[in-house]
Amino acid sequence: MSYEQLSAFAQTSGMIYFMAIFAAVCLYVFWPSNRAKFDKAARMPLENEDIDHVR
Amino acid sequence: MEPNLLKSKALPRFDIIFTCGVAFLVALWAIFATSHAEDVGMTVHGWIFLGAAITAALGLVFTAHGTALQNDQSTYSDGVIRFGVIASTFWGIVGMLVGVVIASQLAFPELLYFKDFGFLNFGRLRPLHTSAVIFAFGGNVLLATSFYVVQRTCRARLFGGMLPWFVFWGYQLFIVLAATGYLMGVTSGQEYAEPTWHVDLWLTVVWVAYLLVFLGTLWKRKEPHIYVANWFYLAFIVTIAMLHVVNNLAVPTSPFATTSYPLFGGVQNALTQWWYGHNAVGFFLTAGFLAIMYYFIPKQVNRPVYSYQLSIVHFWALIFIYIWAGPHHLHYTALPQWAQTLGMTFSIILWMPSWGGMINGLMTLSGAWDKLRTDPVLRMFVASLAFYGMSTFEGPVMSVRAVNSLSHYTDWTIGHVHSGALGWVGMVSFGALYALTPWLWKRERLYSLKLVEMHFWLSTIGILFYISSMWVSGIQQGLMWRSYNEFGFLTYSFVETVKAMHLPYIVRAIGGLLYLIGTCIMAYNLWRTIDGAVAKKEPLVLTNPNLVPAE
Repeated sequence: MSYEQLSAFAQTSGMIYFMAIFAAVCLYVFWPSNRAKFDKAARMPLENEDIDHVR
Repeated sequence: MEPNLLKSKALPRFDIIFTCGVAFLVALWAIFATSHAEDVGMTVHGWIFLGAAITAALGLVFTAHGTALQNDQSTYSDGVIRFGVIASTFWGIVGMLVGVVIASQLAFPELLYFKDFGFLNFGRLRPLHTSAVIFAFGGNVLLATSFYVVQRTCRARLFGGMLPWFVFWGYQLFIVLAATGYLMGVTSGQEYAEPTWHVDLWLTVVWVAYLLVFLGTLWKRKEPHIYVANWFYLAFIVTIAMLHVVNNLAVPTSPFATTSYPLFGGVQNALTQWWYGHNAVGFFLTAGFLAIMYYFIPKQVNRPVYSYQLSIVHFWALIFIYIWAGPHHLHYTALPQWAQTLGMTFSIILWMPSWGGMINGLMTLSGAWDKLRTDPVLRMFVASLAFYGMSTFEGPVMSVRAVNSLSHYTDWTIGHVHSGALGWVGMVSFGALYALTPWLWKRERLYSLKLVEMHFWLSTIGILFYISSMWVSGIQQGLMWRSYNEFGFLTYSFVETVKAMHLPYIVRAIGGLLYLIGTCIMAYNLWRTIDGAVAKKEPLVLTNPNLVPAE
């Protein structure tokens, strides 16, 4: 395998890999049924008042 | 007799067995190290290890009969976090003080220079400063805040009984070993990875225990969802473990000598070193402190984070891109051009997740901007985000090969690092310490908000002095180094470029001194808060009734 072939393969597969991961993250994040879960998660730091007892 | 009944039903305390076992092995090795050491550094470290093992054993014996070792699952484990707050403040002052000393040594080279006594030379104090502020101050802030955040957002006590204590004291031992090593000139010579092989091994043991505590707490969480701050903490812990082990692969010359041969040589060594070095910035100084941002800013504003969805995109984009940016430290070196370009490209892409995160933090204040006027702790957080945005814009610019040809090896780099370190890491840590202290010691509020305000302005002005003087000196340095006369000779000798730096160096030392004074004021304020005092002149709630929030 020549350097040109190797670099073409590395660049293409690298791009596909990154795009796929990014697409997967975006799908997870914007999937409509996940909305409620994220809204609830966002409130997690606020719901735990400064207590020292595990509820 | 009920507690005894409970004890008999419980599993054997693996945490205590583990700690005793580690202390025994360390003591065994240390006894041989003190007698068979091949250099002075190892003798001293042998005694330190031995002292630590004996202290640990005595500590266990004296706490065993009381309630200190009991592991009550209905309460949070906060004692270790209180120690973490105190240790962060202490190491912060030490590290920043050494910083002011070496900044003054650069401005006045005779300062604290002793020909026959090397302990206080710039070359030995410089790694002491960087390690003390990054690993001792920053590391303790991350330990303390991660233990706090993971318990609250998982609604579970820290995993491992006394294992968190082992992590805390083991980490302090690592700091003491590293610092004493540097002062004796015992170093592996790799920037930000200076500790020698036996200290590296000790940190590995401590770090694996830290990972276990964190993962174990996540494992027994009562909340189904893992809050985003914990993802950032986990990325920080896992990645630092990987970076630390790979970059410090070495073969010691003897079991009782501080010297070792690194596994990698030449350009492979350089690439591994900067893969480590830049990801220490990315995962220690960025991911860990972003976790602080995602918990403490919503808490301080009393509003959920601006966009939880953005925080997830932020997390995955940041960790997938950061890991590739290291080669930008090796422009115009033996590293192949394509690898340099790869590092540069990823550094530029990195601008987007960085600013995405900054915007997410800043916009959390939307609708509550008026709190900036009354809450100096919140102002600390917001200033830290502003500096985060500034340094994560400056960084990609400096990673471009053409810009780097001017900026590399100059003070511009030092200024850039400090706008991130003093501005982002420092300010967000101060904010977290100010927030944590009243929570942990159950105080109504801090001793004095006016002192927080004073700290805020001292540190902000200090940073501005620091970075503007370093821009001036760095660009001047770069331009003088590349200036040729009509015969093709260098216009300036090196010593002329050093002489030109004198004034910016003095300004830099003043900036650092202001920042240090601010930290000392914080230490006083935290101490009085812990002591239970509240400044008499300030009302308990510091809001002016004449001011109406601007909506």
